[in-house]
Amino acid sequence: MKQDPAFLTIDRPLPELAPETAEFFRACLRGELLIEECTACGARQHYPRGQCIRCGGETRWKRARGEGTVHTFTVIHFNVQEPFVSQTPYVVAMIDLPEGVRMLTNIVGCSPEAVQIGMPVRVAFAALKADPAIVIPVWKPA
Amino acid sequence: MAARTAVIVGAGLSDYPRAPHLSAPGHALQAMHRALADAGLSVADVDGFCGVGTQGFYYDDVLSLAEFLGLKPRYVNGTMTGGSSPEFMIRDAVAAVERGACETVVIAYGSDLLSNKNLFLGSGSIRKNRHGGVFLWDSLYGQTIIGAYAMAARRHMHEFGTTPEQLAAITVASRQFAAMNPNAMARKPVTIEDVLASRLLADPLRALDCCVVSDGGGALVITTLERARDLAVKPVFVAGSAGAVSHWGVNQMPDFSTTAAPIAALEAFGQAGVTPAGVDVVQIYDSFTITVLLMLEGLGFCGRGEGGPFVADGKLGLGGALPCNTDGGALSSSHPGMRGVFLLIEAVRQLRGQAGDAQVPGARTALACGAGGFLSAIGVTILTNQQP
Repeated sequence: MKQDPAFLTIDRPLPELAPETAEFFRACLRGELLIEECTACGARQHYPRGQCIRCGGETRWKRARGEGTVHTFTVIHFNVQEPFVSQTPYVVAMIDLPEGVRMLTNIVGCSPEAVQIGMPVRVAFAALKADPAIVIPVWKPA
Repeated sequence: MAARTAVIVGAGLSDYPRAPHLSAPGHALQAMHRALADAGLSVADVDGFCGVGTQGFYYDDVLSLAEFLGLKPRYVNGTMTGGSSPEFMIRDAVAAVERGACETVVIAYGSDLLSNKNLFLGSGSIRKNRHGGVFLWDSLYGQTIIGAYAMAARRHMHEFGTTPEQLAAITVASRQFAAMNPNAMARKPVTIEDVLASRLLADPLRALDCCVVSDGGGALVITTLERARDLAVKPVFVAGSAGAVSHWGVNQMPDFSTTAAPIAALEAFGQAGVTPAGVDVVQIYDSFTITVLLMLEGLGFCGRGEGGPFVADGKLGLGGALPCNTDGGALSSSHPGMRGVFLLIEAVRQLRGQAGDAQVPGARTALACGAGGFLSAIGVTILTNQQP
């Protein structure tokens, strides 16, 4: 598959894909961030479940604008496991999206000291070192 | 109204904090026999069993454990809510005895986490070997157990001005009690400055904001009050017990500065007919300092956001207004993977007057609060030595 040169490369464990999550990762390969929206009640959710957790209705994919703000975060200074052991310090954060969902991620592209709650961020996409056909969303300062 | 009343008649701990001669279920077996001996009962009396493991191997499920322990139960309960599992199990165990589903229940747990795995809890990624299911997102981005709690601590600091110094006071208090527990892993007194100088693991949490990792197990024996009258021990009554769950994986935590504790506490205090002011001693799951702070707020010992100033004056320590984790807790004594049964056992010891130098004089009502998962599943149990 043609690789978008704009993608970052990141060393992360390969995700196990489920029927409900496969499209989320396929969309990342297209540079799109998807969230689920219920066709019946309009509720939005992340992570994907394929069915609405509020009413049981069918969900459709909605493309997010890719904007957000930092809700909370931590800087991981200690992780004994590969592939993270050599990557500390790194930032794990929860991002509030204007679409109404919250997403766990890494914030890249700035020093960990620069990250603050409320900071505006923008989505970016990173191909996994172990399999560049798998692309995941990460976030950068806006 | 229950025709029968279930009471706690036995409590036992296995060898801890380091016991390379015991496997995980071996800890549970040793603790069970010690608890039965404490009660004056034998394994032949046991016809109900509650148990789960945390090792990820063969003895995590209730029937593998029951078989290892040599039990043939009529009632089983394998409710797995992480560190709060015993606080979730005990209400149903009491109900099982009171409705006659069984006569005598053992709740048992064991772990060889220190000797077998030599892991520092939370120092690796969440579910390192499983990058699917509900933990997919945490594992993909390198979230650690410590990091999960650190995100809650960070948000609490942001919303309420809570400080690292205030969190450190929780560790300082636990060490005062650990100094009196010859089995405690970390008995040397520490200061606020010591905590703040310890290694930063997941900002803002430092090494001394985190629990120790140990081996260990514990068991409780519950039977009828009628049976207890023939035993030498003074029974302990389960005055209130309730649980509530808000999420499991931390990325689904609805609000990073509060938990489901208020829901569980409302029900447990209501059953017991007491308020926080009527509690003499508390055993609160102290996986991390922030865990205790959030539970104190959620249980109603202080208001939301007031936890920092509440703990800063030393009231959780020796001689304080609210003695907390009087065996030294997870921060200083032991944390064998999941610690919920230790909370109940220490509460029982306090109510029997068996807590030695850490005894709270005249303790009549004790509260155990387990926090399982990632501030996810909160179980509150209120015990008393006074017959209701």
